[in-house]
Amino acid sequence: MRFGKSILFSLLLLMLPFTLPAQEEHGTPAAEEEFDPGTFILAHVADSHEWHILTKSNGESVAIYLPVIVYQKDKGIDIFSSRRLAEEQEYKGYKVMEEGDLKGKIVNVKPDGSIDEKNLPLDFSITKAVVGMFFSVLIGLWIFVSLGRSYKKTGISYPKGIQSFLEPVVLFVRDDIAIPIIGEKKHEKYMPYLLTAFFFILLNNIMGLIPFPPPFGANVTGNIAVTFVLALCTFLITQFSGNRHYWKDIFAAPGVPFWLLPIMIPVEIIGMFSKPFALMIRLFANITAGHIIVLSLVCLIFLFKSLAVAPVSILFVIFMDCLELLVAFLQAYVFTLLSTLFIGLAVKEEH
Amino acid sequence: MTGTMAAVGAGLAVIGAGLGIGRIGGSAMDAIARQPEASSKIQINMIVAAALIEGAALFAIVVALIAK
Repeated sequence: MRFGKSILFSLLLLMLPFTLPAQEEHGTPAAEEEFDPGTFILAHVADSHEWHILTKSNGESVAIYLPVIVYQKDKGIDIFSSRRLAEEQEYKGYKVMEEGDLKGKIVNVKPDGSIDEKNLPLDFSITKAVVGMFFSVLIGLWIFVSLGRSYKKTGISYPKGIQSFLEPVVLFVRDDIAIPIIGEKKHEKYMPYLLTAFFFILLNNIMGLIPFPPPFGANVTGNIAVTFVLALCTFLITQFSGNRHYWKDIFAAPGVPFWLLPIMIPVEIIGMFSKPFALMIRLFANITAGHIIVLSLVCLIFLFKSLAVAPVSILFVIFMDCLELLVAFLQAYVFTLLSTLFIGLAVKEEH
Repeated sequence: MTGTMAAVGAGLAVIGAGLGIGRIGGSAMDAIARQPEASSKIQINMIVAAALIEGAALFAIVVALIAK
């Protein structure tokens, strides 16, 4: 386990020098306008329809244009490259809003040229985060399917190869998280979900830290829609596996006098929803805050407009990246631990 | 003005988080000094509690970002 971690660490350190050339080219066209760190950082942290690689010094941008898939009731499904919508063009009646409440979203343009703000098209596009997720799913599948196959071949014996790297982690999730909280008898049903959540969050956190080449460096777990779905999965599993005692504790907690129940029941229901909500916000904010800190430290170079700031800034960035690596593991662990706690509360047998 | 208030709000939240995590670190140090054999268990629990407190502080930061 230590060997694998040091390889990962050195890979991350090796990737760092490559961030500078790409970022410097990005900064040059801003010589005419003031460099705005706010929009720069938000553009790198948020999701987008194209994968921006660099901006050449004549203002042209080199990017991978991802497909846009929109569905509007009367127009049907439209699939086209986001290059048609780049730089405020309009294509087939669709346009990306530049300002206002709907900034960044794809809207319908009515035949007379005005923008229809009421019914927005359904946007199923393959955006940056989706590509990042597909890639991390592929990596995860490759690792774990080969793991399963190697176990099938050799049976339960001493671990070798990638088994020796992953087996301690899987056993850790089972013996230190699942069994103490859910119990020996029932933990096996929930192990697949807990392991999937743990490794999905871990893989996506780590991939968000690696800036280069394109499938890495997508901010997946820092996207609140992704963490919302993860928290929703935990919520659904908790609700559907709640036994009688769980529902009794919510609607008629033992020891509560009957006249307090009208207050206790809404409070318990709010508690039921607020716990997964906290899971969602915790993961999203931790990962996004880390990315914003690293991006701001790199922005320092452009704000001061001198190359002498670069060594100091890079040292800080290396330190923050190590901290981010710790946070990546920690947040995966905390998400899994809290999900296990909620599931354990739901299936707990009464004394 | 809302931008400044958002920044002040975020700063207050970080004060709370700093105090909380500082207390946890302090008690963890006392516990490790008292019983050095249990130090790895204490360390793991300390990190977990710190992560949970940071979650609460990040709630406040997210609200500050939205309010801006």
